[in-house]
Amino acid sequence: MARMKFLCDADRCIECNACVTACKNEHEVPWGINRRRVVTINDGKPGERSISMACMHCTDAPCAAVCPVDCFYTTADGVVLHSKDLCIGCGYCFYACPFGAPQYPRLGNFGSRGKMDKCTYCAGGPEADNTPAEYAKYGSNRLAEGKLPACAEMCSTKALLAGDGDIIAQIYAERVSTRGYGSGAWGWRTAYKDMVSG
Amino acid sequence: MNRFTLTLRTALAVFAICLGAATLSVPNAVAQSAQPVAPAAAHEEVLFRYLQMQGSGTVVGRVTIPDQKAATLIQPGGREFQETWRGPMKWIAAASIIGMLVLVGVFYTVKGPIRTTSGYAGRLIKRFRSIDVFAHWLTAASFVLLAITGLNITFGRYLLLPLLGPEAFTAWSEAAKVAHNFLGFPFTLGVLLMFVLFLKDNIFDKTDLRWFAQGGGMIGHAHPPARKFNGGQKIVYWATVFGGGALAVTGFILMFPFQIVTSIDGMQLTAQLHGIIAFLMIALIIGHIYLGSIGMEGAFSAMWSGKVDLNWAKEHHPLWVEEIMNPTRKDTLPAGAKGAGAD
Repeated sequence: MARMKFLCDADRCIECNACVTACKNEHEVPWGINRRRVVTINDGKPGERSISMACMHCTDAPCAAVCPVDCFYTTADGVVLHSKDLCIGCGYCFYACPFGAPQYPRLGNFGSRGKMDKCTYCAGGPEADNTPAEYAKYGSNRLAEGKLPACAEMCSTKALLAGDGDIIAQIYAERVSTRGYGSGAWGWRTAYKDMVSG
Repeated sequence: MNRFTLTLRTALAVFAICLGAATLSVPNAVAQSAQPVAPAAAHEEVLFRYLQMQGSGTVVGRVTIPDQKAATLIQPGGREFQETWRGPMKWIAAASIIGMLVLVGVFYTVKGPIRTTSGYAGRLIKRFRSIDVFAHWLTAASFVLLAITGLNITFGRYLLLPLLGPEAFTAWSEAAKVAHNFLGFPFTLGVLLMFVLFLKDNIFDKTDLRWFAQGGGMIGHAHPPARKFNGGQKIVYWATVFGGGALAVTGFILMFPFQIVTSIDGMQLTAQLHGIIAFLMIALIIGHIYLGSIGMEGAFSAMWSGKVDLNWAKEHHPLWVEEIMNPTRKDTLPAGAKGAGAD
């Protein structure tokens, strides 16, 4: 089985936000919820880079470890998913997530949160594949159709890579050796306790 | 080739050389100055370390969406939060709560309930006003429910989930979460009330030193004298004021996430503090419940009816009995006041 990962080549990302738009459109993500966003570091300074970030589908996922109701599970492809039927919207996964992936619809008084929403790697949820129930809660299940996540497929500069970790790491390593530079696979050390040389 | 193009080319060449020189000099600049310059074309690890130096371990950039929390690109502290949650938090909780239960159990088996040795006098004296009793039970009831619903967050997944199954456990946990949020208000009110009502009798004095020196009379058969509250009760009082107060403050911060405390590491710390203080308070209150109920004969009525038996009071709080029975009230009596039945 593949081990699905995301890799953002920060030297290629042009902050066009097409991945963000593609994600929002693909899953009809509600207003105020961002499963993916583009962060620009060193903005306006030397070394400025943009990185598209979403759930990294971590190895030994922190969200799953701290969830009080144990609503997370990892698929055979290494994708970290959760059940919105079981989530109680406590917000602990947001404290644990190194990438700020969990999102909550604001609900009612105080800081009370609705059920958590996050990037599903376009792999839906626990419901049967591509059913209306699955779509309503988690969005489309492209993986079940044999497609890769919409964000990466949409990426105009192919900065955002999605697929088996070994394969995308290989593609990135080739790019780095060809062009002679690369700022590394952002987040990989934190997410997979692993890194790509570059 | 005209003059303008030549100038432009020269300018570009100079610019390129300068840029190259700047790039080359970067590693030295990073190594030498305390305030490093952003590396122009650096490896992720170097850039990551540079960016971390500006904040507290997190890498923050700029986003074009309203949610500014999303500007935090990576916060490796999440991994530490995960480890703390999985390890130390659960060990502190288990050690303090199970430890106290064992201690109470051993104490009950070895020593048994503390009896009123001279028997009941049959005469009751007032120990607490009804507002005291109200404040106590307001705090007590909300604390017990808060403790149960709070412990569910930490241990429910291991203890209740296998018993109830995922759906029922989620339904219970969701209700528990809502209850936990709302019960924070009566609990805070109770703590504030008790702070005000019991403050004047809970200032530590020399009597408490003697009480502590004799182990509160809990080991052996000594009965160190005490005023209205003994040293142990004063500890419970101040722990309730400070511990309960800290629980209220951290609780409200967690209830309004990223509004009072705005940073992710601040929220993590608040969540951890709230948990650890709660575990210690639960352990302390287990001991308090024991001594106020089955652990000591005649103690429960104090907080139930507000009255205690005279002999119980003489044995446990002799100085307090003296104060209320033979009041040296001359200084506090209003001028012209007469004793009851004097006319």
